Amino acid sequence: MSTRVAILKGGPSLERQVSLRSAARVQDALERLGHEVLPIDVDSTLIERLRESGADVAFIALHGRGGEDGTVQELLEIIGLPYTGSGVLACMRSMDKVLTKHLLVEEGIPTPDFFAFSEVAFRELGAADALPAIEERLGFPLVVKPAAQGSALGIEFAASPADVPGALVAAFSYDDRVLLERHVRGRELAVGLLEMDAGVEALPVLEAKPKEEYFFDFEARYEIGKTDYVCPADLPPDVTARAQELAVATYRLLGCYGFARVDMMLPEDGTPQVLEAQAIPGLTETSLYPQAAEAAGISFDDLVSRLVELALKNSAAPTGAVR
Amino acid sequence: MPDRHQTTSHEIERYAGLFARRTRQMRSSAMRDLMAITARPEVISLAGGLPDTSTFPPDTFAAITARIARESCASALQYGPTEGFEATKHCIAEVMAAEGMHIDVDDVIVTTGGQQVIDLVTKTLVDPGDVVICEAPTYPGAVPVFSSYEADVVQIEMDADGMRIDLLEETLGRLEREERRPKFIYTVPTFQNPAGVTLSAPRRQRLVEIARERELLVLEDNPYGLLRYEGDPLPPLRALDGGVYVLYLGTFSKILSPGIRLGWVAAPAPVLTKINLGKQAADLCTSSLTQKLVEGYFAEGRWRGYVQDLCTIYRRRRDAMLDALAEFFPPQAEWTQPGGGLFIWATLPDFIDTEDLLAKAIQQENVAFVPGSAAYADGRGGSSMRLNFSAVSENDIVEGIRRIGKVIDAQISLYGTISGRAAGAPAQAPEVEPADVPTNVVPLPQRPSDTKRGARGS
Repeated sequence: MSTRVAILKGGPSLERQVSLRSAARVQDALERLGHEVLPIDVDSTLIERLRESGADVAFIALHGRGGEDGTVQELLEIIGLPYTGSGVLACMRSMDKVLTKHLLVEEGIPTPDFFAFSEVAFRELGAADALPAIEERLGFPLVVKPAAQGSALGIEFAASPADVPGALVAAFSYDDRVLLERHVRGRELAVGLLEMDAGVEALPVLEAKPKEEYFFDFEARYEIGKTDYVCPADLPPDVTARAQELAVATYRLLGCYGFARVDMMLPEDGTPQVLEAQAIPGLTETSLYPQAAEAAGISFDDLVSRLVELALKNSAAPTGAVR
Repeated sequence: MPDRHQTTSHEIERYAGLFARRTRQMRSSAMRDLMAITARPEVISLAGGLPDTSTFPPDTFAAITARIARESCASALQYGPTEGFEATKHCIAEVMAAEGMHIDVDDVIVTTGGQQVIDLVTKTLVDPGDVVICEAPTYPGAVPVFSSYEADVVQIEMDADGMRIDLLEETLGRLEREERRPKFIYTVPTFQNPAGVTLSAPRRQRLVEIARERELLVLEDNPYGLLRYEGDPLPPLRALDGGVYVLYLGTFSKILSPGIRLGWVAAPAPVLTKINLGKQAADLCTSSLTQKLVEGYFAEGRWRGYVQDLCTIYRRRRDAMLDALAEFFPPQAEWTQPGGGLFIWATLPDFIDTEDLLAKAIQQENVAFVPGSAAYADGRGGSSMRLNFSAVSENDIVEGIRRIGKVIDAQISLYGTISGRAAGAPAQAPEVEPADVPTNVVPLPQRPSDTKRGARGS
């Protein structure tokens, strides 16, 4: 069956280039699958172009603000165009690390201790006075992250109290809310989730081993040969099972649909700690999700095909039933 | 339907296994990705190093190309000699004469932009692990070249008079004790990119002496020498040295057009022979067509007038930027006062990381600059930025600086709130001994103390 697929890509987000790389791969796959492809670099004419396109479905290959946070999803809901991946609410929950972590804590899913602040809290409510107590609770080094930013942009490590103000200012460059998080030393794991006929399934656990960098930063993420990826990760069966279980629980908790990726740290004690979820995992050549899919025997084309199929299937359900 | 193969991560690994070791040094970066979104029309970009090519008269361009088509079509479309056309070299000799150097055209090779000279010289001289010395900060485009040949880059700090020659000598002494001989010193002595400062006459003299005493080569990169907005020209290093130890890099990019990709190198014969062989391997020859274009343009005899026009335009833009900086940048910021060229280098309090600042500036204020870390091989320069004043209008310069100032103000006040340090207090004393300067701050000139901070804009 040939479908007209609009690929939404680019946009003004800081992760524009990553999005363009994801989209280029998706476009190749869709063409190989025999679909009619309409690539759209997202800007203020989006709705108009989508309406004129006669597309049957939108493949959202956007990352970061605007594309991954529910904004575009909301617009697509309004014009009634089916789209790949999670709905509005799940996108909002996943993009916002603070919200994600509060939900995880409530659900009893392990996640590193954290405190979150808005810029207003510092500027108007004297939040700085609480820093010493927080630093004592979290210990050093601690991690400072913008609440909503992907690809490790704006993530800072603070080794001592003197580093904290600078790290906060840096993180506030990307969002008006940031979180301070206990640094969990351990192995970096990622678990991809894919909706199958019988419900969501976890893909094999992937481990990212940076070759040089202290942590898996932006460069390591998108540079070929900068990071070793091991999938399936070399883990005891019970740890693998636990990581997958937690990933599925996180996916369900956030209300994701279609696919998602859950990132976690595995400390010495063997209990994975969930860091965050990506509602639209990167699909570039060096991205984690497609590698995990491959390890499960799902080629990139199969994956793209499946996501389009899920989008169309979902739209057949009564509005609000799934999303 | 395009027949494109599916790339699996397995295949990626297979390719990765085949990459040369030196490609590990070639890195893309978050910054490069960020710069990609500065191309949006609503963004005022002070990031480029671009001359304003809209100032070039289209009729002149049309007339020259028409004449090439009429008179030398076949040879313009043909390969040319590796070292370049004789006629082009005479144009080069004319430009060098205007800068106070008199050369034999046989001492010159025409290259594909000045960038190729940096590449060919490094290729010719550097083995993996060899030391290349350059300024701190250095031309951001030179860093990836040095990295790709696995050079060990050692950067020498600058002040208002350019590279600190005392520190250079100290470093050379240290390297000698470590039995490491630097292969060459890369310098942009005049209106330096990115700092905008100029190496003083005594330091020029001393640098040339050092090269002679130690038998060291110097690569003098001089794209901006003719873009002087005030004061008298200083002699190029090559003029002082006579071309024994100084390799000279020139380019038509800033005085005519970067799109024609024409530069040149003047060097001692043995070095030039090797560079020639390197160029043969790289691209056989420089574009015949654009060499003909330069030849035609110079034949019209108006190139000096065009450079004068550029100087008039750029001088106004530089002044607009300096005024805007005084008005909109906070008292903790410092910046250089270039007498020419295309760039001003500004340094902020060390708690500000200009890469993060750029992310915020692009997203919230639609304005861009080059973060200072791009000009270092070792990740320093984090609180500095390069500002270009040649590529945008005076209005956009003022507005761009106003927007950047706004983002900086917000960061300073937030830092003050968080750290309990009073916002607005200078982050450091005006006179600092080099030893006390944090490694990420470049001791470039302070803002003149008599500069009054103007009333803030809206």
